[in-house]
Amino acid sequence: MHITAAVIVRDGVIVKDEAVIYRSSEEGGTFIKAAYEELEMDYPRFYKMDLLSKTGTVAVDVLLRDHAGFEACRPETAGMVLSNRNASIEADVQYLEASKAYPSPALFVYTLPNIVIGEISIRYRFKGENAFFVSDAFDADWIHWYVTDLMQRNLLKVCICGWIDVLEEQLDACLFLVEPAPAQTGTAFTVENLCSIYNKNYGK
Amino acid sequence: MKKVFVLSQNIVSPLGNTVKENFDALCAGRTAVAVHQDASRSEVPFCAALLPPAFFATDTTSFTPFEYVLKASVTDAVKQAGIDTTDPDTLLILSSTKGNIGRLEQQPVTKELKKEIGLTVSAEKLAAHFGFVHRPMIVSHACISGTLAIITAKRLLEAGKYKTVVVAGADLITRFILSGFQSFHAVSDTLCKPFDANRSGINLGEAAATIVLSTRPEPEGIIISGGGVSNDANHISGPSRTGEELFIAIDRAMKEAGVGTDTVDFISAHGTATMYNDDMESRAINLAGLQDVPVNSLKGYYGHTLGAAGLLETVISIESARNNTIIPTKGFETSGTVKPINICSALTEKPVRAFLKTASGFGGCNAAIVVRKV
Repeated sequence: MHITAAVIVRDGVIVKDEAVIYRSSEEGGTFIKAAYEELEMDYPRFYKMDLLSKTGTVAVDVLLRDHAGFEACRPETAGMVLSNRNASIEADVQYLEASKAYPSPALFVYTLPNIVIGEISIRYRFKGENAFFVSDAFDADWIHWYVTDLMQRNLLKVCICGWIDVLEEQLDACLFLVEPAPAQTGTAFTVENLCSIYNKNYGK
Repeated sequence: MKKVFVLSQNIVSPLGNTVKENFDALCAGRTAVAVHQDASRSEVPFCAALLPPAFFATDTTSFTPFEYVLKASVTDAVKQAGIDTTDPDTLLILSSTKGNIGRLEQQPVTKELKKEIGLTVSAEKLAAHFGFVHRPMIVSHACISGTLAIITAKRLLEAGKYKTVVVAGADLITRFILSGFQSFHAVSDTLCKPFDANRSGINLGEAAATIVLSTRPEPEGIIISGGGVSNDANHISGPSRTGEELFIAIDRAMKEAGVGTDTVDFISAHGTATMYNDDMESRAINLAGLQDVPVNSLKGYYGHTLGAAGLLETVISIESARNNTIIPTKGFETSGTVKPINICSALTEKPVRAFLKTASGFGGCNAAIVVRKV
């Protein structure tokens, strides 16, 4: 199993496979909207989403760019295993504030952390195993174990996994595309490699 | 792979604080769903299954109401199982959709408060209280949370990562959650009618439920024998038009359990009593070839208990298997799903070898487990 692509969205940078592809001094919602436009993602649903789903949509767009052979995968064998610290807290606060005047179903639906999985699944037709876990910090051991188990059980062939957290204007996403792949392709799917990719500092 | 046995279970709900109290109440046809007038939760009267305020009045600890109800449920289940929660081979898995969201409604929102209401904070408090050595795992995956938590525990135990896993889930119905479902016009003004021709939406409900699972063999025990999860990839707040994706989860759970359509003796469905959910489930059940198998929904007794639902409904179904007694679908009168299914509408005594439990939720998620006798 290999990490065939990795993306980081954090502190004003977007990094694909160790290359900074977008940098800006903006933060939060302004940053992600500017990145969406600059990177020419044509996906109007983006504008309806909360910040967590927007961050996930931009991150996965970058993650899967120029990824040949991906379309050949059967939908039920493609899945997602994501985690974060703060669940859907920004969407929660946004809904709560708005609900004092008028409870909005369009805001309420984003008050669950797994909606980002739903959004990405809709865009790329991922119909396989999906799970959202909450932990204090990125738990590489857990993600590695859970995804490996799904692959070994033959439930998944392709998995997007990792960390995606939003607190106030602070975005922190690090997603990995994991596939069975020839040894020369990408990085081995190990706890060490997950940690080293997650921990690499690309500055502000 | 190792087998995963049920050691003990608990439900804390408006119908009682032990499995027996709850199962007896269901056999007697009692429901916890009632009309409430509570201005702190809704300007208009609403129909839901709420824990009595007296339940929380006895709490003199630093636990929030959400944590307190979880603690009560885990305490009973752990006691029944006779396990040592400080054993390093034991893990706690928590399941909730909104946890301490109620606190957000009561205080000015600050960054500190946002962090304090996080599920990890509750998990740490509970782990410390019971002396769990490992950090608890937390599943927060909409209305499949409880079912997914059971599947996660099963996988960990089968792989030999732990010997015992305590799986517990809870949600409370606050203004936040109630107003959200009301905004979807998804809440019924009266007792919900799962799978009925005249169904008109959900009742929400409060509960906690716990299942203690172990690889320790139990003679004549109950095994969590199959599990599967899928996504509709269709809509974030509406179910699949075809039911094919819930069927994927059902199919995987049945294959993993090695059971055929002739061995599944009943289905504990999600059955929220919304038009779209129940139709989708009827399609999936037909795709699985299970259209003749008795189906129940427990939402007419407990309402939709969100992150606890998968656990609570599995606990009741395990009691059904043990007692060879299938609980009827309260609220159901007249068949009215897009595909015909066999709704259980009267208390039915029948030998139960295995049952299927399904769940679906926002974000297009579906989960299914197969539970069977040894």
